[in-house]
Amino acid sequence: MGASSARRSLLRQALRIGLIFGIVGIYLSLVGMVETFHGRAVIAGAISLGQTMLLLTGLGTGFLVARRTPEPLRWLSIPYSAISGFLSGLVLFTLPFLGNFVDLRAMFVNASPTLFALLTFGKGLAGGLLLLPLAGAVLGMVSALALQVPRRFLRPIGVGVTTVLIVSLFQEQLQIMLVGPAVVEAIRRFLFQAEGLTVRGASTIFLVTALANALWGQYREGIRQQVTQLPSAGRKSLRAIALIGGLLLVLLLPLVAGSFFAQVLVFVGLYTLMGFGLNVDLGFAGLFDLGFVAFFAIGAYTTALLTSTGPLGIAHISFWSALPIVVLMSLLAGVMLGVPVLRIRGDYLAIATLGFGEIIRLLVLSDFLRPWLGGSQGILEIPKPRIFGLELATPQQIFYVTVAFCVVVAYIAWRLRDSRIGRAWIAIREDEDVAAAMGINLINAKLLAFGIGASFAGIAGAIFASMVSSVFPHSFNLFISINVLALLIVGGLGSLPGVVVGSLVLIGLPELLREFSEYRLLVYGAALVAMMLLRPEGLWPEPVRKRELHVEELEVTPAPEVMEEALAATKGHVEVEGS
Amino acid sequence: MAILTVQNLTKRFGGLVALNRLSLEVEELAIHSIIGPNGSGKTTFFNCLTGFYKPEEGTMVFQGIPINGLTPDQINRLGISRTYQNIRLFANMTALENVLVGMHPRLKSTWVGAVLNSPYTQEEEQAAVKRAQELLHFVGLKGKGDFLARNLPYGDQRRLEVARALASNPKLLLLDEPMAGMNPRETMEMMNLIRRLRDELGITIILIEHQMRAVMGISERVTVLDYGEKIAEGTPQEIQNNPRVIEAYLGTSKAVADVTR
Repeated sequence: MGASSARRSLLRQALRIGLIFGIVGIYLSLVGMVETFHGRAVIAGAISLGQTMLLLTGLGTGFLVARRTPEPLRWLSIPYSAISGFLSGLVLFTLPFLGNFVDLRAMFVNASPTLFALLTFGKGLAGGLLLLPLAGAVLGMVSALALQVPRRFLRPIGVGVTTVLIVSLFQEQLQIMLVGPAVVEAIRRFLFQAEGLTVRGASTIFLVTALANALWGQYREGIRQQVTQLPSAGRKSLRAIALIGGLLLVLLLPLVAGSFFAQVLVFVGLYTLMGFGLNVDLGFAGLFDLGFVAFFAIGAYTTALLTSTGPLGIAHISFWSALPIVVLMSLLAGVMLGVPVLRIRGDYLAIATLGFGEIIRLLVLSDFLRPWLGGSQGILEIPKPRIFGLELATPQQIFYVTVAFCVVVAYIAWRLRDSRIGRAWIAIREDEDVAAAMGINLINAKLLAFGIGASFAGIAGAIFASMVSSVFPHSFNLFISINVLALLIVGGLGSLPGVVVGSLVLIGLPELLREFSEYRLLVYGAALVAMMLLRPEGLWPEPVRKRELHVEELEVTPAPEVMEEALAATKGHVEVEGS
Repeated sequence: MAILTVQNLTKRFGGLVALNRLSLEVEELAIHSIIGPNGSGKTTFFNCLTGFYKPEEGTMVFQGIPINGLTPDQINRLGISRTYQNIRLFANMTALENVLVGMHPRLKSTWVGAVLNSPYTQEEEQAAVKRAQELLHFVGLKGKGDFLARNLPYGDQRRLEVARALASNPKLLLLDEPMAGMNPRETMEMMNLIRRLRDELGITIILIEHQMRAVMGISERVTVLDYGEKIAEGTPQEIQNNPRVIEAYLGTSKAVADVTR
């Protein structure tokens, strides 16, 4: 009886999963993602990104069904996955079917004949009815079967497929990078054609990465052992080499990848700077700030006022002489914001600071300040930074400026975190009342966090202003604050490398994947929900969080000599008490 | 000589009088216990002493300095430190870091020094870490400095709270039920620790505790609270035989008779 009820519950789950994925497919089609992405080839002439998306939906059914199948019923996962996939295909088929009789376009602009042709494989309604559920069933079965394959085979295959997908997504940038000497040119022509990867290119990439991953899996343990056996000096120098190598790669990247890529990286860098700032507030001291864009704006406008050669400029000084004043101004602004919200905690703090961000934007827009800040016309003619008479104008040059500031700011944040001040901040984050009882002056510590966080954002604003040569109020909207918050969460709150990873993923990727930009918020939402569910500590959490997971494996009992001492101490006093 | 003098301390929460004209003197280098049924105002008294609650009436004088109206961090700097009834460690920090936070008011280095990694900051940090390790050793947590506070066993968390409270070099230590939930052996160890705090470090101790054997075993003086009022004070022997105390704890003498029968 147990087995049959388990089977029935599994079937129910399979049907539900099929239904959900069918609806997901309809949703993706109706918001236009499938058709838009159909324009982007994964492998030229063979398969498009839109098709890949539907394919992944189909594979998802089998994956989920197989994962939920209890061990004794393992063989059942294959037919049930097929059923689940079949159902998802059938549900998806209702879209072209309905579209054939009812004019869906009145409500869903994306329900176009092209989409329907795509969904029915160009074989008309009857063909679609036959093929779509069948394809779903096959895909469900394939992924359920794949899960039965041992991990050491499955992993290289997965890595290979993922690499091909990533390469195809970035094929434009990669093709630009691979322009140059004849050898490089030949590689490019072998792997790519104008629209995307060639079939031979894709299979080569798949084979190479899969093989590399298989080999790595084979020898990983040995290599890891050798590294841990190294003396600590050796390990340290190995880490230094890796760090320098990584830094070199970062520095060379924009040179090879071209100015568009460099421009994207500049934005990533600016968000990283702001991320470091908010990380001091939120990650270290636990102080929410949803108006963080205000300090970015203050930094930008201060730079504009001080350096602009236009009518609104007041000082006409250089970027570098303005910078200390900018830092000071944004630091003061941070402290000034801090004073009224000192006693507000948690969610309420988020709302209060949200207001501050809007106040700054509206002030800048206001007629009252128009004679000084230019209102919606903004401030123009901001000169670029110069070094030894060389104007830093190209995206690559600005990129290096940004990287330099990022390194400095990261260093400051890192030093602060491991200092007396950083400990006080983290203590406040953990328990504000106890922190006060431990002698920490809450007012000073919080204001310092607000000030330092704001000054980091101010630097980002200064670079931004001189990069685009002009500032307008509408550049400083709420979305910047939200982006900074989101990248912190995705990267891992409190973690410095997490900030970089977070801004690469949330700022860099959408810029590079132009097709996605229309769906940026959709992807953001999905990514944040997925992060919260699957990896709440972030992509690159701070080491202490890792240690948290690690420590359970360690021995918790104290060393024997400690126990003995404790025992001896106890004994002495027991006797006293007994007497 | 009294290190702490409290006079007519009253704390109200709306209509509820949590502390009612409480007067109390704590002798220097005493182990002074405060007992009483749940809700009798013991922890409220600690919260007033440490500056979390502002009492409506009364004065609190510590070493000749009135501490009414001071903030928690100012009071800590004067030399009063505390632990909590429900353990309140900084859960996601290591044991060592917890103690280092406790040392905060004794350290001088500024954020500028930290960023520039000045020699003074380096020296101070090294000295602080060394001292923190000594404190961990003192409370019996040798070698556990790198554990996250949340991952320590219960008894060790209690010890860590004591170490953290010691880090600011207090003159007066307020211990709020340090033996709650401990087995007899752990209780014994904690009692010894408390004695050593007084004998070796010269710290005056005010102890809130429910385990009567422990209270009677180590206190020189016991104050009994009930409904925010002091109903008795004296040596452990005097308290044990005080009919009002027995009534407060066990109900009327008839109920006592029922229980003891």
